[in-house]
Amino acid sequence: MPMIDIQAVSKWYGPQFQVLKDCTTAVEKGEVVVVCGPSGSGKSTLIKCVNALEPFQSGAIHVDGINLQDPSTNLPKLRARIGMVFQHFELFPHLKITENLCLAQEKVLGRSRDEAMTKAMALLERVGLKDHSHKFPGQLSGGQQQRVAIARALAMDPIAMLFDEPTSALDPEMITEVLDVMVELAREGMTMMVVTHEMGFARKVAHRVIFMDKGEIIEDRPKEEFFGTPRSERAQVFLSKILAH
Amino acid sequence: MFSGFDFDVIWRSLPYLFWDGMSFTLMLTALSALGGLVLGTLLALMRLSNMRVLGAIATGYVNLMRSLPLVLVIFWFYFLVPYLGQMITGSERPLVVGAFSSALITFTLFEAAYFSEIMRAGIQSIPKGQVSAGYALGLTYRQVTGYIVLPQALRNMLPVILTQTIVLFQDTSLVYVLSITDFLGAASKVAQRDGRLIEMYLFAALVYFLISFAASRLVRALQAKTAIIR
Amino acid sequence: MTYNWNWGIFWEMSPEATGTYLDMLLMGLRWTIATALLAWVVALFFGSIVGVMRTLPGRTVSIIASAYVEFFRNIPLLVQLFLWYFVLPELLPKTAGMWLKQLPNAPFWTGAIGVGLYMSARIAEQLRAGIKSLPRGQAMAGTALGLTTVQTYRYVLLPMAFRIIMPPLTSEALNTVKNTSVALTIGLMELTARARAMQEFSFQVFEAFTAATILYLLLNAVVVFGMRRLEKSIAVPGYIAGK
Repeated sequence: MPMIDIQAVSKWYGPQFQVLKDCTTAVEKGEVVVVCGPSGSGKSTLIKCVNALEPFQSGAIHVDGINLQDPSTNLPKLRARIGMVFQHFELFPHLKITENLCLAQEKVLGRSRDEAMTKAMALLERVGLKDHSHKFPGQLSGGQQQRVAIARALAMDPIAMLFDEPTSALDPEMITEVLDVMVELAREGMTMMVVTHEMGFARKVAHRVIFMDKGEIIEDRPKEEFFGTPRSERAQVFLSKILAH
Repeated sequence: MFSGFDFDVIWRSLPYLFWDGMSFTLMLTALSALGGLVLGTLLALMRLSNMRVLGAIATGYVNLMRSLPLVLVIFWFYFLVPYLGQMITGSERPLVVGAFSSALITFTLFEAAYFSEIMRAGIQSIPKGQVSAGYALGLTYRQVTGYIVLPQALRNMLPVILTQTIVLFQDTSLVYVLSITDFLGAASKVAQRDGRLIEMYLFAALVYFLISFAASRLVRALQAKTAIIR
Repeated sequence: MTYNWNWGIFWEMSPEATGTYLDMLLMGLRWTIATALLAWVVALFFGSIVGVMRTLPGRTVSIIASAYVEFFRNIPLLVQLFLWYFVLPELLPKTAGMWLKQLPNAPFWTGAIGVGLYMSARIAEQLRAGIKSLPRGQAMAGTALGLTTVQTYRYVLLPMAFRIIMPPLTSEALNTVKNTSVALTIGLMELTARARAMQEFSFQVFEAFTAATILYLLLNAVVVFGMRRLEKSIAVPGYIAGK
């Protein structure tokens, strides 16, 4: 049974505009899947559907065997088990770094403050930000904020991690520090679904690459095959554009 | 609940309520909005001018007006205007000023402070390049202000100005404290005379609501329209 | 005929015989403060609930909330106070109506709650704007961490929204103070009413209104000072508004 199972998912905005067309794919436990494609291709929408942050009209998504759309599914509980990292970090600006990491641990998982704090400090150490624990998000650089956001997601002991363009809002010199954390995570065997344009990251750790365009999954193949000879013309054009530099 | 409700009292007093009351209210609203806008624009220009003293006077005036309750300002001017009139005309005794004139002067002077803040924001929202372009064409300060800055500021701020006018329309009900027969005053007089407080006050609330609500809808529609053009 | 100034009037006994004219005005100031404080609490309480309701996805909830806002925004405050003071007791069942009419300090309670409800519609609109100004991702991040809607509002959205709307909240606090004067029409003897009474007793109209003006300015200064202090104390280090 795959960790994330996406079956024929379609989504419309209004009656006219279809953002996702019949998308089917799966992510196995311990697998790292990179989702790429031009902007507006629906890749961010798809990954948000996995966390039920976006509703969809037809198809089904199972996470760890649990059907997202089943009315009896406790969505907050399920979401707490899936880590999510956003393009714009979305740290809570009024909370200190440690409080950002502790909030959901305490309010959702019911951990004690001490327990949550121990976990938070361990994770901050891991992403190299232990010295900044007492600061507020606005006092950190973009790269540091994104590493905190990853730590915040990890604090929930997730069974899988979703990354929605985690480096695209960052200045170039800060991208590496975030990717390093993600690579390490992948090598430890975390199940990951990553929407990104960072093909270097894909080459290094991805098992599979999904290419999307206009709401459809065009290619879904092992990394070696994808980078060797992309079959579709659209994927070739896309790759040549982002690998041109 | 409405068993003892006397609709007839409303029906009977409609001419009085609208011909005497509402016409006073609407006239007062329209004239003091106009006067307030003109005076407010002058105040805004004073605040934005390079002349320190003028700016300080305008700022002081605007801040003072905005700090005081309208009711207190109404009392202030009710008693002050006769003496001011005496000073200006040089007559022997304080002038006798009618209820409408007194209310009109009060609301014009009071609203000018609020309109000046709106116009100041409007003027400041015009890009500096517009002013420079005007001067580059050889226009004078007056011409740049009159032909370039104010027309654009007015157009940009029109929805806010109209919204403020709706607030003013509601605020005019406060002339009640001077026992003037505006719409609420008329309703209240009928209410007391016939002992029909419930009917008259509910009806007054309904009329104010319908006019303000419809007007604010119109402003919103206007806003949406101008937003598309620009 | 010219006006006869008499600044010593404040130290003369008022005909109410409870003290000097100055005492009379200060008593009015106390009522103004008490009314404004209670009105502010009412306004914040209902304004927060309605403001949040306006941002919820449910259609019914947001229609109810916007009907609330439209009701309180489109009827003059004075008329609203008349509705609560003269009309409401008549529409209630007899015993409840009688109780309301015989309530000690009825003008105070009606005035404070009436002004509070009137202000709550404005606070609701400010809060709604504040919540809407937050990036959509903030709510999403809360949801993605497994927080419920209530928790997301409580811990993520509201703390930031209230910080963002501190400047407009300050001016709404000032408006609350100013609006309490409308309650003189239902018999609340607050500051403006006392100044008016002093004028009627003593004929020293400009002294009375000057004193009231100064007291209002002082009260405004205190409110602004207090709100600025609060704003500073809850400011988030490193956070730049609009970013």
